[in-house]
Order: sequence, then C-alpha cells, then structure tokens
Amino acid sequence: MIPVGFEYSRPSTVEEAVAALAADPDAKVLAGGQSLLPVLRLRLAAPTTLVDLRDVESLHGVRVAGDDLVIGAMTTHDEILHDARVAEHAPLIAAATATVGDRQVRHLGTFGGSLSHADPAGDLPAVACALDATMVAVGPNGRREIPAADFFVDYLTTALAPDEILVEVRVPDTAGWGHRYEKFNRMAQAWSIVGVAALVRRVDGGVTDTRVALTNMGRRPVRATAVERALTGTAGDAGAVTAAAGHADEGAEPPSDVNGAADYRAHLSRVLTRRALTVAVGA
Amino acid sequence: MTATQDTGTREVGTARRRKEDAHLITGQTTWTDNIQLAGTVHAALLRSPMAHARIRVDVSAARNEPGVVAAYSGADLADELAGLPSAWQVTPDWVAPEHKPLATDEVRYAGDAVAVVVADTRAHAVDALDAIEVDYEPLPVVLDMERAMADDSPLVHSDAGTNVCFRYSDTFGDVAGAFADAPLHITRRYVQQRLVPCAMEPRSVVVAPVPAAGEYTVWSSTQIPHFVRLFLALLTGVSESRIRVIAPDVGGGFGSKLDIYAEELLTFTLARKLGRPVKWTETRSEAFQATIHGRDQIQDLDLACDADGRIRGLRVNLLADMGAYLQLLTPAIPLLGRAMFPGIYKMDAYEFGCVGVFTDKTPTDAYRGAGRPEATFAIERLLDELAAELHVDPLEIRRRNWIRHEEFPYDQIAGLTYDSGNYEAATARATELFDYAGLRAEQARRREAHDPVQLGIGVSTYTEMCGLAPSRWLGDRGYAGGGWEAASVRLLPTGKVEAVVGTSPHGQGHVTTFSQIVADTLGVPFDDVEVVHGDTAAAPAGLDTYGSRSLAVGGVAVWRAAQRVRDKAKTLAAHLLEVSEDDLDFDGGSFAVRGTPGATKTIQEVAFAAFAAHSIPEGFEPTLSADFVLEPDDFSFPHGTHLCAVDVDTETGRVTIRRYVAVDDVGKVVNPLIVEGQVHGGLAQGIAQALHEIAVYDEDGNLTTGTMVDYTPPSAADLPSFTTDRTETPSTTNPLGVKGVGEAGTIASTPAVVNAVVDALRPYGVTDVPMPCTPERVWRAIHEAQGGTS
Ligand SMILES: Cc1cc2nc3c(=O)[nH]c(=O)nc-3n(C[C@H](O)[C@H](O)[C@H](O)COP(=O)(O)OP(=O)(O)OC[C@H]3O[C@@H](n4cnc5c(N)ncnc54)[C@H](O)[C@@H]3O)c2cc1C
Repeated sequence: MIPVGFEYSRPSTVEEAVAALAADPDAKVLAGGQSLLPVLRLRLAAPTTLVDLRDVESLHGVRVAGDDLVIGAMTTHDEILHDARVAEHAPLIAAATATVGDRQVRHLGTFGGSLSHADPAGDLPAVACALDATMVAVGPNGRREIPAADFFVDYLTTALAPDEILVEVRVPDTAGWGHRYEKFNRMAQAWSIVGVAALVRRVDGGVTDTRVALTNMGRRPVRATAVERALTGTAGDAGAVTAAAGHADEGAEPPSDVNGAADYRAHLSRVLTRRALTVAVGA
Repeated sequence: MTATQDTGTREVGTARRRKEDAHLITGQTTWTDNIQLAGTVHAALLRSPMAHARIRVDVSAARNEPGVVAAYSGADLADELAGLPSAWQVTPDWVAPEHKPLATDEVRYAGDAVAVVVADTRAHAVDALDAIEVDYEPLPVVLDMERAMADDSPLVHSDAGTNVCFRYSDTFGDVAGAFADAPLHITRRYVQQRLVPCAMEPRSVVVAPVPAAGEYTVWSSTQIPHFVRLFLALLTGVSESRIRVIAPDVGGGFGSKLDIYAEELLTFTLARKLGRPVKWTETRSEAFQATIHGRDQIQDLDLACDADGRIRGLRVNLLADMGAYLQLLTPAIPLLGRAMFPGIYKMDAYEFGCVGVFTDKTPTDAYRGAGRPEATFAIERLLDELAAELHVDPLEIRRRNWIRHEEFPYDQIAGLTYDSGNYEAATARATELFDYAGLRAEQARRREAHDPVQLGIGVSTYTEMCGLAPSRWLGDRGYAGGGWEAASVRLLPTGKVEAVVGTSPHGQGHVTTFSQIVADTLGVPFDDVEVVHGDTAAAPAGLDTYGSRSLAVGGVAVWRAAQRVRDKAKTLAAHLLEVSEDDLDFDGGSFAVRGTPGATKTIQEVAFAAFAAHSIPEGFEPTLSADFVLEPDDFSFPHGTHLCAVDVDTETGRVTIRRYVAVDDVGKVVNPLIVEGQVHGGLAQGIAQALHEIAVYDEDGNLTTGTMVDYTPPSAADLPSFTTDRTETPSTTNPLGVKGVGEAGTIASTPAVVNAVVDALRPYGVTDVPMPCTPERVWRAIHEAQGGTS
C-alpha cells in the first residue's frame, strides 16, 4: 500500500535530529525502516515527518569504552554480526542477531531500531535485558541513561519520550560467560514464537551467575528470575538445569495468537530454557 | 504412426533451458502494472472491513480530493455493471446469487468492494478513499459451514432463503452390499483448510479505449485472456472483435487468475465511461482478501474393507465452502475431485455426496489441483490409516489394492478410464531412492530408544486427472464452455517458424516446450521457433491454461498444426523436385528424393517458394501455414509414488522434512528440466498446505492471516532438497503420449507429508494431526493422545 504523505528530514547530527523531532509532535524517527515502513504502508500509523538518522555519523559503529561495549543505535544487524568486538565482549548479541530475519533485513535493520521498536517478538530486547545493558538517550533536555529493565515499558512502547533519540547501548563485558540464544519460530527467517537468551558464569565448576530473559512471553521481555535463582549456586549439572528450566514461565503472561496459544508458549519456554541453559553451562 | 517416429528425438526429451528466462531473470518483463500509457488514470477500491453489513455509501467528498477524476459507489454504477459470471452450473437447481463488482446495498465478506476512486496518480486515488463515507449497519455473520446449514443460521443471501448452493450425489456399484457386514471400517473426518494462492505477481488490469472507434485493449494479469474477452463482450455488449485482451508476462496464477474478476469488468467500464486508459493494481493486502481462496472442505469418509485390507467400498460426504459468492468455477471445484477419491485403487462400490455452502468469506475457486488434491489427500490418508489398523506396511496395503500395470486401460469405479500407468515400477524406484528399508529400521531403533525426536515415513501413491477436457464431458456436467485447444503454425519466408497458441502460460514454459515439438516436427532449429501467446489479436482462438491441459491438449494441437505444415511443404517440395510425394524422404529438415543423391530441398527453401508462389501445384494455397483445433479424446492420468521422511521433535512439535523422494510418471516428457521445475513448485505448494498455510478468520469474519507474515507461505529456506525421478508410461489418449505435470507435485505431496507426521507419532497414540501440522498442533495432538488436556 501507499503510506499517507509525510515530510522527510535528514539531519547529520544528533542535535539537528532532536530539533527536527521537537519541531513536529507527530514526527517519527526512521532507522532501517524494516519495522516502520510496513506500519506506514498498512496505514497503521501516519507520522507527519520522518526524521531519517542514516546520515548521523556518531550513531554508527561499535567501540569499547572501559569495561563496556558501546553499540551505536544505527549499527546494522549485519555490521554487528561481523564485528570482532561484539564477538568477544558480547557474543550473545551476535548469536541472537544471526537469527534475525533474512539477509536483506539484517543489512538495513539496526540494533537501535530493534530496541526502540520494542516488539515483544523481536529477539534483541530480551538479549539486552539478559545482558543488563544500558540505553543512552538524547532529547531536548540532554542525555540520560536508562537500564534495559526500565526501557521496555509495554507492547511497542519504550521509556523514550517522543522527542528523544536512542543514541547508543552500553553493554557490560560478558567475555568468558557461557551463552545461548535459543529461538523457536515456525518459519525460517521469522520472528520468535518464543526465544530464550541465557548467560551463565561458572567459577571452579559452580554456577555463580545466571541470567535468563525470554522473548515473546509477555508484552515486553521477561527476566526469568526464578530460573536464575534456581540455577545459581548449583553445580550446573543436567538435573539442576532441568529443575531450573521448569520455572521458566513463572510470572510470564504469554500472548495467544496464530502461532501459538499461551499454554503452548509456556511449555515451549520451559523446553527452550532447558536447551539454552544446557548449552550455556556447557563450556 | 506414433509420436516418437514423427517428432524424432532431437529436441523432444532434451533438457533445454527455457527461452523465457533471460528476460524474466534480468527484469525486462512486461508485467501489467509496468504498462504506462499516456493519460492513464488510476483506480483504487474501498473495501468493506465488515463481513456482513447493510451499507450506505457517499462518495461525494472524495470527488473534491486532489487529483480525483471520478468516484462512484456500487449504487452509482448499478445499472452499468452487470453481475459477474459463474460458468459451471453443477445442478439444475443451484443457487447462484447476483454478484455485482461493487456491492450495492449489502457487503458479504470482509474485502467486498463498496466504492471506487479514479485519480491522476495511484497515491491520490488511495488517499481519496479516506474521504468516502460508508455507513455499515452490521448484519449477523456466518463463517462455519455446519452452522450455515442449520435452520436458524443467519443467511449470507437473505433473498435466497438458504445458505445451500447445491446438493450433489452419485453412486457407483452396490454400495449397500459393499458396506453390509464389512469386517473393517476406517471412518474419518478430514478438513482441507482454506488456502490463499499468493501468486508472486498481484492482479492488475489496464484498459485503453479508443473512444471514437469503440475499441478496447485490455491488459490483465490473467491465465485466461480468451475468457476475459468473451465475458467482457457478454457483460458489456461490446462486440468481441472490438475487444483485444493481452495477458503479458504473468507472474503465477495457480488457479487464482482463472477467473473473471470484479476489477476487470470495473476497470473496463471506467475506461469506457471516462474515455481514457485506466489502471488498477491490487495491493498484497487486497490480494489476500479479494483474490479467490482455495480448498476449504470438510470430508467425511468411510472406507469399508475385508479383514485382509482389500477395499470393498468408499463413501465420501463433502461440505464445500463457496464463500460469499460464486466466481467463475466455484461450485465445480469440489466436484472435479468427485471421480478421484478412489485414487489408484480397485473397489466394488463408491458413493459421493457434496453440499456447497455459502459463508461470509472470500469466494473460493480453482487453486492448484482444484478438487483433486483434496480427493487424493483423503484416500491416501485413509490407506495409511488402514495399514496402521492392520499392522501392515502402508506400501503393502497399497499393493493389495492398486490397479496392476497389466490391467490398463482400466475402467475405475467412478466412471473414468485410466489410460496407462505402472504403479509397481514407480513405487519400486521410489523405495530404492528413499532407502525405505533403511529408514524403517532407523525408525524402529528410535522408537525403541524413546528418542524425543521421532522419525516418520509417509507414503502417497497418487494419480490425477489431466488434460481438461473433452468438451462433451464438460457439457454433460453443466459447464458452459468446451475443452478444445487451438494452434496455428506458420513457416515464414525467412525459414523461421511462428507457432501461435491458444494456451496462455504464466510460468509453465510453453514457449520452450512448444518450440521443441515444432522443431522436431519441421526439422528446424529450436531457436528458429517463436511461440506467440496470450494476445487475442494474435491468437484469436484458445481456451487458455489451467487443469494441466496445456501440453496434453494444447501441445497436441501445436504438433498437429506443424504436421499439416510439413505435409503441405512436402507437396510443394515434390512439385519443385518434380517427383511424387511418395518418392520423398523427410529428415533433418530436408526433403530428399529417395535414391537420387543431391536432389533435395530444405524446408526453408520450400517455405520461400511457398511465399513467392512462382511455381506451385494446382490448387496449392500459397504460404506454409496451418491451423489445428484439437478436441481431446479423453483425459490422461499421470501418477507417481512420493515418499517423505520427517523428524518430529515431540517436545516442541516441530516437523522437519528430512528426505523427500518423488517418482512421477507423467507420460512422455518433452523437457525434463521444465518437468522438474513443475514438480519442485508443486511440492512446495503441497508441503505448504501440509505444514504451514491456513487462512484463519476471527469470529467477526476478519481474515487474521492477511499478510505474508501471518499466512506463512514457505520460502526456499523452509524446504528440503528434493530427490526426483521419473518412470515413463506414455499416455494412450493423445498421440504425443504426454500427460500433465502442473498439478502433480501439489496433489501428491500433501498426504505424503501428513502421513509421515502421523506415522512418527503413532507410538504416542496419535491418529491424525489437522492441517497445517504446525508445531503447536503437533504438540497438542501428542498432548491430547497422552490424555492431557490442552
Ligand atoms: C521480513 C522481516 C523479518 C524480520 N525478522 C525479525 C526477526 O526474526 N527478529 C527480530 O528481532 N526482528 C526481525 N525483524 C525486524 C528487524 O529486526 C528490524 O530491523 C527492527 O525491528 C527495526 O529496526 P529498524 O532499524 O528497521 O527500525 P525502523 O523500522 O526504522 O524503526 C522502528 C521503530 O523504532 C523507532 N526508532 C528507530 N531507531 C530509533 C532511535 N535511534 N531512537 C528512537 N527511536 C527509534 C522508529 O521511530 C520506529 O518506531 C524483521 C523484519 C522484517 C521486515
């Protein structure tokens, strides 16, 4: 379909972008367009201005700052997949990104766009939660940091104000942790029916840290804290993993849709959590 | 005279690359939407979001929107727009409600068009739709066929007084006798879910009028340009000879473009009214709602057998969903499967009943296989169930019942004569390629070990009915038209050949296949043959492409016309060489006087001589061209054995196809590469029905699977590599010995896959998984069979 007409602005700095957003209360940021354009074409939204971030140089790329990996919001999925620093400091991101859509989508879609879109079926929000990442936003009142746990507010809704831009994501180093993104979808190259992001740290065999976050088990990513508690402190053996995974859906409110009813998703989350943890404790 | 001698072996049987592909692959295509004529205006339709409502439409505000040329409601055009045709009256007392291109006072499915805007650009037309005011007064909705048949059901067409479109039944043999005290019954209900055809190219129509002359050129993304011309003439009163219909490059159809659509008649009417070219192209969202759907049947089946599994009789009761209106062939589709439920098996009695039912959903019509996939699914699933019941291998149960190769031609129970076949040979080849014994052994091991991922093996030994169709057969069944096909072959002065055909390809490769046939018949190079199609000005006679008819009917017409040209050339060659025709041999494109070396004329030389006509025999008509209109003798019946192995993850329900072997017998093969391509595409669509696709409506009648994301057609990444092979049993109903292949893969694969899924889960007590066998449905089937609630 054809979107409703809109103005198009293409700033080259964050300040200009924020100003462009401030100038039109019905403006929207355009990143890779992989989620926004279908919405416009189906006329489910009709922003009056699109602020295209592609020329904002400072939003592109990955760097290491102190203990953190810093990923610019406009870094594409494909760039992340081929970035050595991501592979070293946060391999979970690379693993999950490899499951996102198809080649074309990964070449256009961005890390920041995926997080800002906050689709509960999207794979990267749960990953950001599992990693305890920090979102850095810039708006008319300057810069602020939002922990991932507070960033995803509701279905397709983040803590970003309409005139704020997500500029980068700071990710604590998890080099040496076991990790796994266990994704279940019906079709190749599609969103998750359920996904499980798992990180496990072991010291002398024992599990000292467990982080598990679930994709598409609620209106926003769900931290499976009962699983984390159950596995941490154990020897990380198969019995402990299976027992911990049995708590995966505790507190989750999975949706029902054509891909699966809530009870099926709850079941899947337990199976997939067991599989994810089995790999993550593996090393 | 056999076809083999006649066509030689040079081209026919060669895996020629398709002549069509270079321009398709490099994007130099003429899709209908690419056609840009000066002064074109663009139409956009407003469609109902309600499944059933009384409407009042006011388009006046839209007329003031930027760029708008005209805007009309259905009521505005009620007198100018005739109702759309349904050409197959399946019973004398069928109910065929009026079907206006734009709804006038009531909408009956979500997507029913209520108004049209014409503007200078497509964007302006779409924007202006927002200005149309429609008052929808909701009416009760009925979506479920069984509900629709109840006395207290809401009516889709209140003035019809019923939701039943037709009731049809037939019996063959002594049904009561066959069923009385049969020791074994397999009684099942299977549901053929509603499918959305999803052709890659959406529908599109351009109509260019020449107002002063009253002439119209119509481009349409259609399978049936000849029918479009005929019906536009009938529905508008414009003479056929003033309507030229062109089907340019057409990006797939699968039956969905075998129709006369509202938008074709509407665009024509708008062009006529406005006196300028009008274009309409559907969006993908519109394609989901307003292009016909396929399948949607409930099958109640009862197979009566002896204790050793020999089939005595079969009872079939169908409910077939028509949707809200009848399209061109809607009620006939379930009945095209009527005679195919017995499959390849012998039985003493057969009973078939079918009720066509209206619901507030998109109309159904032909979709790849059209009635025959549904029938084949039923019998092939029943045979696997029978095998399981008797603890006999599913191949063995088939052997006990199938027609043996020495029994052909075989008059089957439903009145068809199967021309030829060798089920034993195809099955032997398939089991060998599949390593059937090896996989069965692995299955036993994994069952024993309680592997959470179980292996299942599915069998489908199908046959299908190809080559639509002997005209009398069609007439006897209430179809308005015939089943012949026309071709003209012209050997041009330069020695090149033009073959003009009445079939209308949209992906099948006719240009290549027909070139091969003509090249062999006339002894000319493959590259020297041009095939002209899909334009009623160039090819005025034809009945187009559907029902696996193009080669078995159209190809034979081409061959016959080419033979006539060759015979004519021979007459002239004899005259030029001053010998009797009996003294001439024709080989490699040359006429040679037997026993006189050097006394030859090439067919190209003869062509020029026929053009110049300086020296021709008495009564010889100058030029070398000939027409042939072929009336088919009978259907042909390809068959094959498909074997599928699946891994089923019993924890998640995921099904992964591990191995797929298709051994098809499509008679004599003209181009193995094209046959292979047809098989691959068919398999993809059949597997899609088995595992992935379903049109789901919510309780208000909204299509919830109305996008590619929700409808989930498979991509290459979702499909396995196929192992394909062929056996070759020539057809005896046409001189080329060819059968059809367009629908075979779709027909065979769906039951093969579902049989495999169910086979994997038998140890869990599962006897069926409803289609599509999505992970959730598979998991639920296991869960329920294990006594769990879900
Ligand atoms: C066919 C297909 C398959 C896909 N499969 C998957 C999949 O398997 N898994 C998955 O996770 N995703 C999938 N996606 C989505 C893909 O990951 C997108 O890249 C992502 O959802 C959005 O990123 P984008 O850069 O395209 O954002 P856009 O579409 O441009 O924007 C999305 C939203 O975020 C806002 N936004 C974007 N950037 C910013 C910013 N820096 N600051 C503030 N707001 C911003 C926009 O205003 C818009 O509302 C798929 C998409 C397609 C088309």
